[in-house]
Amino acid sequence: MSEKKTPQLDELEKGQWPSFVTEIRKAAAKNPAAEDLLGLLERSYEEKKGHWKHGGIVGVKGYGGGVIGRYTDLPEEYPNLAEFHTIRLNQPSGWFYTTKSLRTICDIWEKYGSGLTNLHGSTGDIILLGTTTENIQPAFDEFSDAGFDLGGSGSDLRTPSCCVGPARCEHACYDTLDACHNITNEFQDELHRPMWPYKFKIKFSGCANDCTASIARSDCSIIGTWRDTLRIDQDAVKAYVQEGLDIQGAVCDKCPTRALKFDYKKNELNVIAEECTRCMHCINVMPKAIRPGQEKGATILLGGKSTIVQSAFMAWVIVPFMKMEDDYEELKDLLRRIWEWWDENGKTRERIGETIYRLGMGKFLREVGLPPVPQMVFRPRANPYVFWQQDEINK
Amino acid sequence: MPRIDAGPPHYKEMLPPIILENYGKWRYHVIPRPGVLKHVAENGAELYSVRAGSPRLVSIDFIRDMCALADEYCDGFLRFTSRNNIEFLVSDAGKVEPLISALEAKGIPVGGTGNSLSNIVHTQGWVHCHTPATDASGIVKAVMDDLHEYFTDMKLPAKLKVAMACCLNMCGAAHCSDIAMVGVHRTPPRVNDEKVQKGTEIPSLVASCPTGAIRPNPKTKSVVVNEEKCMYCGNCYTMSPGMEIADPKNDGVAILIGGKTSNARTAPSFSRMVIPFLPNNPPRWPEVTEAVRHIVEVYASNARQGERLGEWVERIGWEKFFILTGIEFTDKHIDDYIFSRETFRTSAAFKF
Repeated sequence: MSEKKTPQLDELEKGQWPSFVTEIRKAAAKNPAAEDLLGLLERSYEEKKGHWKHGGIVGVKGYGGGVIGRYTDLPEEYPNLAEFHTIRLNQPSGWFYTTKSLRTICDIWEKYGSGLTNLHGSTGDIILLGTTTENIQPAFDEFSDAGFDLGGSGSDLRTPSCCVGPARCEHACYDTLDACHNITNEFQDELHRPMWPYKFKIKFSGCANDCTASIARSDCSIIGTWRDTLRIDQDAVKAYVQEGLDIQGAVCDKCPTRALKFDYKKNELNVIAEECTRCMHCINVMPKAIRPGQEKGATILLGGKSTIVQSAFMAWVIVPFMKMEDDYEELKDLLRRIWEWWDENGKTRERIGETIYRLGMGKFLREVGLPPVPQMVFRPRANPYVFWQQDEINK
Repeated sequence: MPRIDAGPPHYKEMLPPIILENYGKWRYHVIPRPGVLKHVAENGAELYSVRAGSPRLVSIDFIRDMCALADEYCDGFLRFTSRNNIEFLVSDAGKVEPLISALEAKGIPVGGTGNSLSNIVHTQGWVHCHTPATDASGIVKAVMDDLHEYFTDMKLPAKLKVAMACCLNMCGAAHCSDIAMVGVHRTPPRVNDEKVQKGTEIPSLVASCPTGAIRPNPKTKSVVVNEEKCMYCGNCYTMSPGMEIADPKNDGVAILIGGKTSNARTAPSFSRMVIPFLPNNPPRWPEVTEAVRHIVEVYASNARQGERLGEWVERIGWEKFFILTGIEFTDKHIDDYIFSRETFRTSAAFKF
């Protein structure tokens, strides 16, 4: 294949942004599948269409998910892509690595795969891009010996992920790394052996900045927050004034609830605690002067998903405040109740958000045992089409 | 025998000493220059994070190169971000500038902090997926080359998150980004009765259609598509190999804008379609890169300081956005799916 020309891909080795073509070429120097991938991709660029066959079911013993099977539709021309499966490896919380651990991954992948990866897949996994059916099990065995396990795929609990959290962020309202690690380990069975109507994703963000985009990209979004009041350091406020920050314009006027009052004479900033919705704006602008409160926990939101089938959903509030402590027993108990209900009620390939939308929040809350509270809605319903339960009417 | 259900490695084994010592005790951070974060702990300890761009699709050689840098400048510790950038965790301030020089010498840009265009969250495209309407890596490379100056500098009104998805499954963050590029089809699937019969659960296939365009056909033991109801989402092909929909002459890219996930100031919001179709033109997708640059430039020169793209458009009004950008507004922009009425203007307040 080496004499094959790739004029279109060559063009993408120019320019200032690091080139994925250069990366494939590096792998191609050592690996025939990566070399065939260059040829196949060039062909896709010429024809403006993909050349991967539909679907593919492969995996490792004991698990029902974690490997995405892939076969080219041109196996005669690109024999080394006849099988080109992806292995998902569960990343460590927060995507922190030692160089030793990354080199171990590289060495094993050099032996069994194409030498190509994605760091990382959108759900968070380490993506090992391209291997044969035969190599999947021995690769997994070695990864397992090295301390790495597979991530999720299919109708299971997908690999949870989290923001950088308390490891390197002053805003973190709970230990996102620990919560992510703990929940991932607690639900290994649900992650490795698909048994649900469809996929279920969990993402942990330490504050409402939501650096994992959990509200849009996970069925269960766990967003750090606090229940008392912002902590404001007035000396630091004065330092920001000295530096020339327009506190009234850049902070107070942008507060969504106008909960911040700036006293020009004293150079003092005060908050009406019960008016604040903890959006993070003022903290983001003045991180040296304003900190989250001290009574910390998380808001739990449910139902986030992308377009297919019923439009994209943002996750919505189901628990306004939960303490993230005691081995996360309260969260684990809630997740188990949610999954039991969804498993019972969800249709095939129906995300939890769509199941709740179809059957109604009232039924979901009653059956999962959550109290309805006004924080769950932007505003109450406008139509009068209300369902009443039999035990609520006079007989 | 492999261990099963062992889970991921423990994150604490992956943390540099300065993080273990100051875990949960960070006081504040500043951005001393584009691409560098300085975190200061309660005890005064300082950690520098140098953020570098990555193509996401990388070889093991690339990973080993990054490991060599992390060994030399950060005692063997590094991390990746939720936008697939690389962060080198430097506890010795004197090593920050030499590390940046070493990265730049390798052609790895440093940036993506503060009011910048950070990395583009993207998907598999023609490299590895069976349902794409376009390529992901190629478009991302073309757009990041074109907008490189916005990655390495912090001159935008606010952060700008761009995402790319190669089909309407919208894996990643296309539905919630400041700017999103999404692969779209424009022609209905071609039913292959034989393939549908062989490898498909017909009820699941029928149920996969958002608009109810697919009916079982008992005569052929296959299905028929009501083409007037089909909007080419491709979900039926996801369910069945007998519903091929890729069409090189008609597949392309739609542009959506104005989404965000942060709660700062305004609620998280979806991105909304502003360009229904641009052609697939590999390897550089000039129509797409030009459209994205134009939107970025109009935003950068009109928005107020601190305003995300969607916040700016909501303040000035969408009608004003179309006037300012000169983007043509068509019937394709008006929602006609299940939640559409909420998007109509039920008010007499608007701009001419």
